[in-house]
Amino acid sequence: MTVHDPTSAPPPAADTGRLSVADVQRRLAGRRGPEYWRSLEELAATPEFEELLHREFPRQASELPAGVDRRRFLQLMGASLALGGLTACTRQPLESIVPYVEQPESLVPGKPLYFATSLVQGGYATGLLAESHMGRPTKLEGNPDHPASLGATDLFAQASVLTLYDPERSQTVTHLGRISTWQAFLADARKALAALAAGPAGARIRVLTPPVSSPSLTAAIGRLLERYPAARWHQWEPAHRDAAREGSRAAFGEPLEARYDLARARVVVGLDTDFLTAGPGALRYARQFADRRRVRRGSDSMSRFYAAESSPTATGTMADHRLPVTARTLGLLAVALAAEVGVAGADAGGALGAREIAWARAAADALRRHRGQGLVVAGDCAPAAVHTLVHAINQQLGNVGRTVDYTAPVAGGEAPMAESFEELLTAMRAGEVDLLLALGVNPVYDAPADAGILEALYQVPRRVHLGLYRDETAEFSQWHVPAAHYLESWGDARAFDGTVSLQQPLIEPLYGGKSALELVAALADDQERDDRELVRDGCRALAPADGPFEPFWRRCLHDGVIAGTAFEPRSAVLDAAAATAAATALAAEPATDLELLFRPDPTVWDGSWANNAWLQECPKPLTKLTWDNALLVSPALAARLGLASEDEVTLTVDGRSLEAPVWVQPGHPDGAVTLHLGYGRKAAGRVGTGTGVNAHLLRTAATPWRAAGATITATGRRRPLASTQMHHNLGPDPIQGSNLEGREAERRHLVRVGTLEEFLHEPDFVHHAEHGPGDLSLHPDWEYDGHAWGLAVDLAACTGCNACVLACQAENNIPVVGKQQVAAGREMHWIRVDRYYQGELEDPTVHHQPVMCMHCEQAPCEVVCPVAATVHSDEGLNDMVYNRCVGTRYCSNNCPYKVRRFNFFKYNDTDTPVLKLLRNPDVTVRTRGVMEKCTYCVQRINYARGEAKREQRSIRDGEIRTACQQVCPSRAIVFGDINDPQSEVSRWKDEPTNYALLSELGTRPRTSYLAKITNPDPELEDEA
Amino acid sequence: MAQIFKRSTNTVAKTSIYGAVFIVAFLVWVFMVLDRSAYNTGQGVTLAQPVPFSHDHHVTGLGIDCRYCHTSVEEAAFAGMPPTATCINCHKLIWNDSPMLEPVRASFATGTPIAWSRVHDLPDYVYFDHSVHLAKGIGCVSCHGRVDRMPLVYQQASLQMEWCLDCHRNPERHVRPRSELFNASWQADDQQALGARLVEEYGIQSKLSCSACHR
Repeated sequence: MTVHDPTSAPPPAADTGRLSVADVQRRLAGRRGPEYWRSLEELAATPEFEELLHREFPRQASELPAGVDRRRFLQLMGASLALGGLTACTRQPLESIVPYVEQPESLVPGKPLYFATSLVQGGYATGLLAESHMGRPTKLEGNPDHPASLGATDLFAQASVLTLYDPERSQTVTHLGRISTWQAFLADARKALAALAAGPAGARIRVLTPPVSSPSLTAAIGRLLERYPAARWHQWEPAHRDAAREGSRAAFGEPLEARYDLARARVVVGLDTDFLTAGPGALRYARQFADRRRVRRGSDSMSRFYAAESSPTATGTMADHRLPVTARTLGLLAVALAAEVGVAGADAGGALGAREIAWARAAADALRRHRGQGLVVAGDCAPAAVHTLVHAINQQLGNVGRTVDYTAPVAGGEAPMAESFEELLTAMRAGEVDLLLALGVNPVYDAPADAGILEALYQVPRRVHLGLYRDETAEFSQWHVPAAHYLESWGDARAFDGTVSLQQPLIEPLYGGKSALELVAALADDQERDDRELVRDGCRALAPADGPFEPFWRRCLHDGVIAGTAFEPRSAVLDAAAATAAATALAAEPATDLELLFRPDPTVWDGSWANNAWLQECPKPLTKLTWDNALLVSPALAARLGLASEDEVTLTVDGRSLEAPVWVQPGHPDGAVTLHLGYGRKAAGRVGTGTGVNAHLLRTAATPWRAAGATITATGRRRPLASTQMHHNLGPDPIQGSNLEGREAERRHLVRVGTLEEFLHEPDFVHHAEHGPGDLSLHPDWEYDGHAWGLAVDLAACTGCNACVLACQAENNIPVVGKQQVAAGREMHWIRVDRYYQGELEDPTVHHQPVMCMHCEQAPCEVVCPVAATVHSDEGLNDMVYNRCVGTRYCSNNCPYKVRRFNFFKYNDTDTPVLKLLRNPDVTVRTRGVMEKCTYCVQRINYARGEAKREQRSIRDGEIRTACQQVCPSRAIVFGDINDPQSEVSRWKDEPTNYALLSELGTRPRTSYLAKITNPDPELEDEA
Repeated sequence: MAQIFKRSTNTVAKTSIYGAVFIVAFLVWVFMVLDRSAYNTGQGVTLAQPVPFSHDHHVTGLGIDCRYCHTSVEEAAFAGMPPTATCINCHKLIWNDSPMLEPVRASFATGTPIAWSRVHDLPDYVYFDHSVHLAKGIGCVSCHGRVDRMPLVYQQASLQMEWCLDCHRNPERHVRPRSELFNASWQADDQQALGARLVEEYGIQSKLSCSACHR
């Protein structure tokens, strides 16, 4: 990818009209704004927004540089014609065919192979199927046989293939900054270990890893500890789950892992949790949750979801009743909820407001009405006491064993992670550590601010770092060993339910990397052993005693999981006194002034994905920011402080401060501000270095998720951010939409939302709002004898998790453009997830709407192309022919859905050799001056057509799945033949809630949407 | 005042105005001829190969089936190029010291593949599928010509889009029974009648949409 200066050269100031919340309120005074809005600018209908709306692309996207006169223009055009036009007339270069010397078995050139493997994050495995084109992994899909995947993946798994080929990855072993070798490292490390084993007593050797659930790595580290009694093992991860662990330890006397069954839950209450898009089991939970809420013709029930959260998450947007509260109030809310459902010893006290009390009562009522069919979930960022109370509530309501059960912990060591890390730091500071093996961790970047990590490191004479990148910790280590990517090495790990998942390599290490398993085993054992053998040993230990091992191993490798290794549920006995103590502690917590909340970033997580350009450019679910994090503040706080988005502030907490841009986030609780982790990297690589601000500089061991007493002062400077929330706005009527009242009358009903009650009363309520001639057209209708492809999106299921955006990017060779180009509205994603706010500024409801090419029957783009580069296919696809396109952009100008993307520059890096391996060979790599857009994954259609023709049958329903459909955890997208009335997509489109976007234009899109159905609680009706 | 232009200028002006039409037409003609010429398409051009492999000898002379070497032609888009091991299957026993086959032996001994010059080279934005064409009754000879009689293989057709479309618009002219796909010498008695029947029987759609080949 070519990145156009993500950090430098902010867009011109004229592009960033400053709009403070006070301005919005003034403009709105006495008037009602639009019901659905995507940005404060739209809500306030500022002139800048109106102008943006009328443009095909935001401002600079379609302008020549200033100061071009006629003569210069003609010169440029002449030169362009000579260079661009005539040089196109080259002959095709002579190419070679290079066959194998000996072709591997089962490999057919031109046909991809799929291998089961696993991605491990935070110690938890997700099963994947890696698509391999002649030895090159190009795309990852979920493994349908894996309990944590069910065929879906999250955005990180999709993006991980880019990390594999990242040319910025560390490529050599270095010693004191000089190039060295693996053998030299091993010799040196073994010598040091031997010397330490013979030296003075004490734990002078320390191993630091991220949370580990891998049986083979645990065994290897066990052998190392056994061989060198002076060695100790610590685990550290910045986005750790200590609170959940300690909460269960307090409740049950031992740390346990909570495992949910949302398929059985009719009432779900979430406390500061993002369980649908992040954390262990999220993909499975998202599927179960969505399945419980699919309303179709004839269905009469769906689950109800109450969410209270201190920082807005994608999961919160799915709630029927979302309650923004500060983190402290959330604790009180948990106490109130516990008191309502009758957990002994819980007393809510009088500190809650009326709204919070009403919410807690309603949620508790619903839970009580559905004993054994309800579920309360606390998030990883909620304090341990909230977790303890939640366990007590679930126990009290008889949910345990039905919607939730408990197992042994999957990942991590005996002690909580923060404690284990602190212990290591203390020993290091005291000079008690002689050798530190930091394997796959980056503490120099992500250690707590009060850890004094550098001082501690300097007390350790020998520091070894294993990492994918030469990151901050590598810079402070004598030895650095490049790590092997998970697609390059053998491994294993447990899924959220304990199932052991195997990880097999798809390609030889590109940069000579070694896995942590190889490194530890090479030091623990005398000779180096093949990592495949090590994993086989781990598998052998879990194999059934009878029967030969080889077939069992092959079966496991094929399936990606070792069957029957999920943990058995444990019977957990609740300590009633613990619940009382937790409630008392939460109730006694003093009120604080401004809270600063830390959360893992939705796209770069804790910073380990910072050098992944796909993730950097992926608009975050709520803010739609790219390439940056920002301090999220509530509109009320922004109004009080006179702040607007992109204003720079100095954020101070506990004597530490940093400067960060502000982002006004509707729905953020007042009294708290949020800063996401993962940015402000200093040595991430060319892509990640210098983006955003580093939240770890304010985060201490005692305040991993919440620091009280933060202060904000404006610096008076501005820091431009690249948010896509105003881009591609379908907005109100573009001709007469200039005043608010008029606009309200002409609402375009882009997002249609109704309640279950409305649906039951009148199933086709969504069509009431429709107006206009609809199907009238001067053009003759198309006729389709064979297939007619169509797609439907269920808005009720979409969580806005962005997995589809990344899957599309990986499948279709979509380039990244960099921050500056995004700010100019030139992002290239073929599918975007439009996020709409509904209602008031302080607490709006949020709706997500994935928008891709609609493949209209009467496509406005087709009739305006002068070179017939976009034409209708005989199956109703709106074909885009890159080699015909001359870049007039008339088509995108005429597209009412704004789904066409133009290559203003040569965004695709076709020069870096390693990135050529990344591309999907079935999709053309587009170059400069060419229009592109969603093709409904026509390469997959053609592949399935070829298979069907070879087998002399017709294409089966469900055989073709678009990349976005296949990846979707909640199955919000379905694709198929609308000429077949039995196909799933036809059945979806036959639902009364099915509607087309901008149907009044008569374009008759092939993509349609099922209206979002919510299930609000009648008791809270007034508010909702 | 003296005339600036001579009288003959009128003639020159008229001629050049009329002439321009012919010049433009001539340039268009030149472009079209060049575009369709072997210089551009590579049609009929024999390329130098690392080993002068003769299809004539191996197919007509020895009777080896196309699929012995092009193994994936019926199952994948790519027909498949034989790995060196396929050559060595026979040539470890026969002609095993021929100097002409030295590159083959060297490849097998060192594990370095042989880089053949690509004869049939479609543009990179064209996605052609061999297996589908075979499944629908288009034999090798329809596009590749009598490869079985070529001592050194060359591209028989122009491989330009108008050539593709010519067949896609009239598949009955080329479709043959599935049993005769690899029989280069087969000829229908009445292609028009047989073709029409087979198009029906094989359910041939012969796609004309852009996305059938370009994506």
